[in-house]
Amino acid sequence: MSETKKQKAHLQFTLNGELTEVAFAPHKTLLEVLREDLALTGTKHGCELGECGACTVLVDGRAILSCLMLGLDVEDRKVQTIEGMGTSTALHPLQDTFADLGAAQCGYCTPGFLLAAKELLDKNLRPSREEIQEALSGNLCRCTGYIKIYEAVEFAAARLRGEVVEMPREVVYGLE
Amino acid sequence: MKNGNNGKPLKVVGKPFRKVDARAKCTGQTRFADDITLPRMLYAKLLRSHVPHALIKSIDVSKALALPGVVAVITGKDLPIAYGILPVSQDEHALCIDKVRFIGDPVAAIAAIDEDTAFAAMDLIAVEYQRLKTISTIEEGLHIEEPRIHEYGDSGNVHKKVSLEFGDMDEGFAAADHIREDFFFYEGNTHLPIEQHAALAHYDADEKLTLWSSTQTPHYVHRALAKVLELAPTHVRIIATPNGGGFGGKSDPFNHEVAVAKLAMITGRPVKITLTREEVFYCHRGRHPVLMSIKTGVKKDGAITAMHFRSFLDGGAYGSYGVASTFYTGALQTVTYTVPRYKFEGARLFTNKPPCGPKRGHGTPQPRFALEVQIDKIADDLGLDPAKMRRNNLAAAHSVTANYLRLGTIGLGECIDKIVAASDWQNKFKKLPYGKGIGIACSSYLCGAGLPIYWNSMPHSGVQLRLDRQGGVCVMCGSTDIGQGSDSVLAYIVAEVLGIDPFDIRVITADTDLTPVDLGSYSSRVTLMTGNAALQAAERARELLTVAVAEKLQAPIENISFAERRVFDVENPEVGVTFAEAVVLAESKFGTIGTVGSYSPPRSPGKFKGAGVGPSPAYSYSAAIAEVDVDADTGITTVERIWIGHDIGRSINPALVMGQVEGGVYMGLGEVLMEEMVYRGNRNVVHKFPSMLEYKSPTTMEMCEVKTFLIEDPDPNGPFGAKEVGQGPLLPVMPAVVNAIYDAVGVRVDEVPATPEKVLAALRAKAQGKEGRYGPQGVPATNWPEPLKVLPPAEGGDGREMPREAVHLRD
Repeated sequence: MSETKKQKAHLQFTLNGELTEVAFAPHKTLLEVLREDLALTGTKHGCELGECGACTVLVDGRAILSCLMLGLDVEDRKVQTIEGMGTSTALHPLQDTFADLGAAQCGYCTPGFLLAAKELLDKNLRPSREEIQEALSGNLCRCTGYIKIYEAVEFAAARLRGEVVEMPREVVYGLE
Repeated sequence: MKNGNNGKPLKVVGKPFRKVDARAKCTGQTRFADDITLPRMLYAKLLRSHVPHALIKSIDVSKALALPGVVAVITGKDLPIAYGILPVSQDEHALCIDKVRFIGDPVAAIAAIDEDTAFAAMDLIAVEYQRLKTISTIEEGLHIEEPRIHEYGDSGNVHKKVSLEFGDMDEGFAAADHIREDFFFYEGNTHLPIEQHAALAHYDADEKLTLWSSTQTPHYVHRALAKVLELAPTHVRIIATPNGGGFGGKSDPFNHEVAVAKLAMITGRPVKITLTREEVFYCHRGRHPVLMSIKTGVKKDGAITAMHFRSFLDGGAYGSYGVASTFYTGALQTVTYTVPRYKFEGARLFTNKPPCGPKRGHGTPQPRFALEVQIDKIADDLGLDPAKMRRNNLAAAHSVTANYLRLGTIGLGECIDKIVAASDWQNKFKKLPYGKGIGIACSSYLCGAGLPIYWNSMPHSGVQLRLDRQGGVCVMCGSTDIGQGSDSVLAYIVAEVLGIDPFDIRVITADTDLTPVDLGSYSSRVTLMTGNAALQAAERARELLTVAVAEKLQAPIENISFAERRVFDVENPEVGVTFAEAVVLAESKFGTIGTVGSYSPPRSPGKFKGAGVGPSPAYSYSAAIAEVDVDADTGITTVERIWIGHDIGRSINPALVMGQVEGGVYMGLGEVLMEEMVYRGNRNVVHKFPSMLEYKSPTTMEMCEVKTFLIEDPDPNGPFGAKEVGQGPLLPVMPAVVNAIYDAVGVRVDEVPATPEKVLAALRAKAQGKEGRYGPQGVPATNWPEPLKVLPPAEGGDGREMPREAVHLRD
């Protein structure tokens, strides 16, 4: 409560490549610290219990649900959010292919999907469709039916492998 | 066709451009409602009823108000004016005054310096309830007269009963070679947008209110807020933030929007609320549970002679869109196959549950499921191929149906042909091994409701276009982007007409202070209606530029063309000016360049009471084939793939159309396999699982393969011929899957969702020599009102209710 004396936690961690210092109420989740104390609202919330994946961020390169991790747990660790996914001059190939294919419809689940997909491609540049489904099975999307997301991950993987891949006509125009 | 390009090749329309907001969405920069914060902002929470039906004897907020950090607490007496989306159902109060009607109905609102304090204050509010008997089912709604959940409605707890009859039904059934009557139940389910509803209100020093909200209908929220808060509409501004998924669930004016607005006015500080996921389940307004009977007479070839359809809707605790939903359950049966005689009876019941309303397909997926499964049974009875039987009995393009819906183009035949061929239907239907099956279903949907919610003669959609001397183009429209890409559609159409790049255009939408009215993102109306309004505004701007450039180039007006950011003489293309120079010429000649465009749908031929629901400028069509694997030991159905053909008229952007088709198939898959909004214990009115963990929806592991065909049969009423895609492709999925289950294991599940236990129950019944079926055995006996009789157009009807003497003569 406002009158009770609050002891804020005060810690440092690396956020999107920058050493960051933040003070926050110690019960706060990483999700709340990112959104409320660091104003990085690209990380979303949807379910409050680790089911929807909208709050996915990378901690030391691993996709985690920031609604289930305390802010205290990231001290001295590396956190990457959607705001740090591309560089200052270029989008990450996943961001490009998501944009190209309309894999982001309402866009609310998109940051979580992008980071979960990034974790996959960081480890495996040639994932099968089944591996993509498995890697993204913790993220819910109500708009796309996931298909444009799979295709975007596949095209981004090809781009990261340095291959020039022609997009099949049926992906954007349907079958003939 | 409203083709703004005079037959010239299209440069933008039909191309898979990125959405204009794609980069923002892929970089986390899109600002949803909960992403906005203002200095000195307070946080609000609603205290909700934990009892389903009760009188409020007293509310004591004194302890909550005394809690340090609490700035204001309001209750029902602070907001005495009722509101609701429909003029006939103004039955909601932002905070209940004397009665609560479902678990989750709000009774008090708190504004505090932070969310934790607001939470703590909730526990300090004492509410004394006097419990009332609850009404929890369709049957109870029909038969329990007292206590009434509302003091209005047709009688007791019957919100609305309707009865319409088009032509002599006895004659219609007498002409049939075969008649079937079947009973179906479609369980309710919910939108489950990943973004929870959020709203932020600010009442500024100039006594003007601004509300940012994740709403699909800022225009109607504007109306409701001005009414409830007793503010001049000119002092209320609604800004619809990009919706993190809508699907119909953000289409009503909501109590939390009213509450934060009132709290902002009282405190003089900005007030934000973000609903928890549990609260989103209480907001609901999703798919109505519907019990149905359908009696259809057919000739030997499957041609329908008459159809009598009955629906019973479990409406939940408030009116919402319910009267419209009720009519929609009976409206679109006639637009896929020819139905010469048609009767519809529908009833909506009030129950003590979260209110139902519009979810993707609004009131039409339930009857479509019933109709398409029954068609499958009829084909089976007659020994006909269900795909061919459908193909042979399609409604006629450019005709008027028995219930007075004027149809435009119908690409359904081609949809069927494509998926039948691609799925290898002929070699699979009735030929796959036990446990594997294939099923087909068709459907149709509106491209925008033909009538506005508040009947008037004004346009349904308006667009303003402003061109500046640097060549900038700004398009302003009240429409709301809920992820479907409506902002992009505005840019594509304007870019096409003006020969510029869509990414050159600034799009400002969904702000009641800045943008002309568009009624909202519902009924699949936006591409057709705002598209036509944008087309008109852009053509008017092009005319001004054409005159100015023709004068400068000394070229005939008809020679002036727009492409590649240039305006030039087609006979001499190197002679021209840049688009920006063209604007300068036009501004020099005419003054500041701004144009407007607007769209009103054509008048519907139906003139009878009840004719307002169903008419549309055009209808989209879809056909789907599902291939399934059913495990007869567990009842688990796995949908392996779905082939779908969708008649889009013309794709403004095929990539976005594909996304809508795939998303519609996905949502239909969730409905048919697993999603259900159900209640338990305590007379069935406690929500069984108001959380994302237990309300099951398909993940990547359940999603099937989708093979999509886009059929382009341009409709004369669509911009560039475009029709809708946001809702239609969901509709055939549920019946196609259930029909495939029958093909796989020979049992009928006449219910949605077709969960494993239902499949197993039907298999067990069959093994015991009983009917291999799971579903309702009948519908409750009901006193239906005397039907309103209208002679179908094919029999010389004029769209009006038949005079009583004529009715008498025919009887």
